Amino acid sequence: MMETKILSQQETDDAFDEHDIPLMKVKGLSKRYGEGCEKCTMDDSISRCPECGALWACRDISIELYPKEILGIVGESGSGKSTLMRCLYFEEQVTHGAMYLSIFRSGKADLFKESSQIQRYIRNHMMGMVFQNPWMGLRMHISGGGNIAEKLIAADMYHVGSIRCRAAELWRRVEMPLERMDESPRNFSGGMQQRVQIAKALANHPPLLFLDEVTTGLDLSVQAKVLDLVRQLQQELGVAMLIVSHDLAVIRMLADRTVVMKHGRIIEEGLTDQILEDPQHPYTQLLVRSLL
Amino acid sequence: MLSLIDERYNFAFLDEGSKREIRRKTLKAVAIPGYQVPFASRELPIARGWGTGGLQLTLSLIGPKDVLKVIDQGSDDSVNAVSIRHLVENTAGIATTEETGEATIIQTRHRIPEQPLRENQILVFQVPLPEPLRVIEPREEITRRQHAEMDYSSMWLSLYEDIVHWGVVTVSHSYPCIAHGRYLFSPSPIPRWDIPKLNHAECLYLFGAGREKRIYAIPPYTDVLPLSFEDYPFEVESFVGRACCKCGSSDTFLNEIFDEASGQKIYQCSDTAFCKKRQREREI
Repeated sequence: MMETKILSQQETDDAFDEHDIPLMKVKGLSKRYGEGCEKCTMDDSISRCPECGALWACRDISIELYPKEILGIVGESGSGKSTLMRCLYFEEQVTHGAMYLSIFRSGKADLFKESSQIQRYIRNHMMGMVFQNPWMGLRMHISGGGNIAEKLIAADMYHVGSIRCRAAELWRRVEMPLERMDESPRNFSGGMQQRVQIAKALANHPPLLFLDEVTTGLDLSVQAKVLDLVRQLQQELGVAMLIVSHDLAVIRMLADRTVVMKHGRIIEEGLTDQILEDPQHPYTQLLVRSLL
Repeated sequence: MLSLIDERYNFAFLDEGSKREIRRKTLKAVAIPGYQVPFASRELPIARGWGTGGLQLTLSLIGPKDVLKVIDQGSDDSVNAVSIRHLVENTAGIATTEETGEATIIQTRHRIPEQPLRENQILVFQVPLPEPLRVIEPREEITRRQHAEMDYSSMWLSLYEDIVHWGVVTVSHSYPCIAHGRYLFSPSPIPRWDIPKLNHAECLYLFGAGREKRIYAIPPYTDVLPLSFEDYPFEVESFVGRACCKCGSSDTFLNEIFDEASGQKIYQCSDTAFCKKRQREREI
């Protein structure tokens, strides 16, 4: 674990190429639910505080995501991975920590300290999110095309012709039948709904995409198709992705690098192959063993 | 005139403290065009939803020298307009008129008079639903956040869906507009025909929603732009080839009336005062 950290530090220091500058940097992110007290604030090994009952869903998380890279976040349910994702998408307010995007104010501004307008601007112009549950990410009472349009309008596109053109392009890209673009996503199968979510997330060419358990709840053949689509889009568009999953098979297929989370903290990180072939932490060993 | 005043009530019905509160909120509304200012809506002798917001604005604004005109859907003679006018006459004893040009304050429901208003006139709207986003988002908590963040994509989206399904924007009244490049506001249920009159007007527009307890304003010379996509410009109702059956005007907002005797549709000015004025001019 230490070795990989030192390695990546050296790599950053030797940066010549812009691809070596992290697109996203997260430093010391913590998320606490509840009041918190002196005891649990001082002792960072506490997840659920026995004194005040506060829950530390994420604790001192630091990650870096490079352009065009796929970073996997793996861990059991309740390990804080979805909370982390929601914090990064500004859906939750963090307790401590900072986040920087190299494409926003030269990576010098802490995004968590920005106003909610600025955060919304960043979310609409630089980020995309695919939720585990399509009902979270899609508006079911409006058309599939309208869902994509929402993201485009949010990114200041006010020409119906151009919006429809771009929506149709995305619709084809995620291999959806064009004649169903004006239909409500409610009528679509689970796999199709995920495709619409992906199309929506990609609408305004975001350099950064968050995928939260995208294949959970889909049957195996549909899972494979959605994963293929994600990988294909990543190769074609060069989007950097943060993928949250409890499924090591998904992580193995997609992620270049992986971090393992447990009780709200990162317990191991490194290249995906390294993590899967030579896990160091006992918990990761258990996780990998239960996969095989 | 003074003998008509019912002495049991304070001048213009409301107590002075209430009037001051409403005027303070009105000043705030004028300072932030299109922003909905909450106010303590008072009890009145008419039920909420029957123009109490507009009436409270009117009662708090009028002084002994003011001249009031009250219209309902353009008409001076409808029951609601007549009742409100009588209430003000009985409690304030001020002069009322049907002439748009003579009035200093005009209280209206769902129309802006055809005759352009001047700098020394105030138009007071009765507003049933002050929140333009309410049709899309039922939660007040969310709509307030949307206003704060100027997040109006959901409203744009509803217009987009209209265009996709029907080929046109089907909003016939309360067309959502942006005030001074900032707040989305509902112009109350006026027809699209009246929307351009809000932009850079000479007069002050005040909006009062009694049931929803909100006051908002469009000060003179404020930019008011209806939401519209670049390739689907905003359009007003078209009355091409039609004219008022009474005054012959073809440049006014017309009501469609079914004439049982002839079995035909006829058209008539919605603004009755304007129609009468045209008729008089025609006879001369």
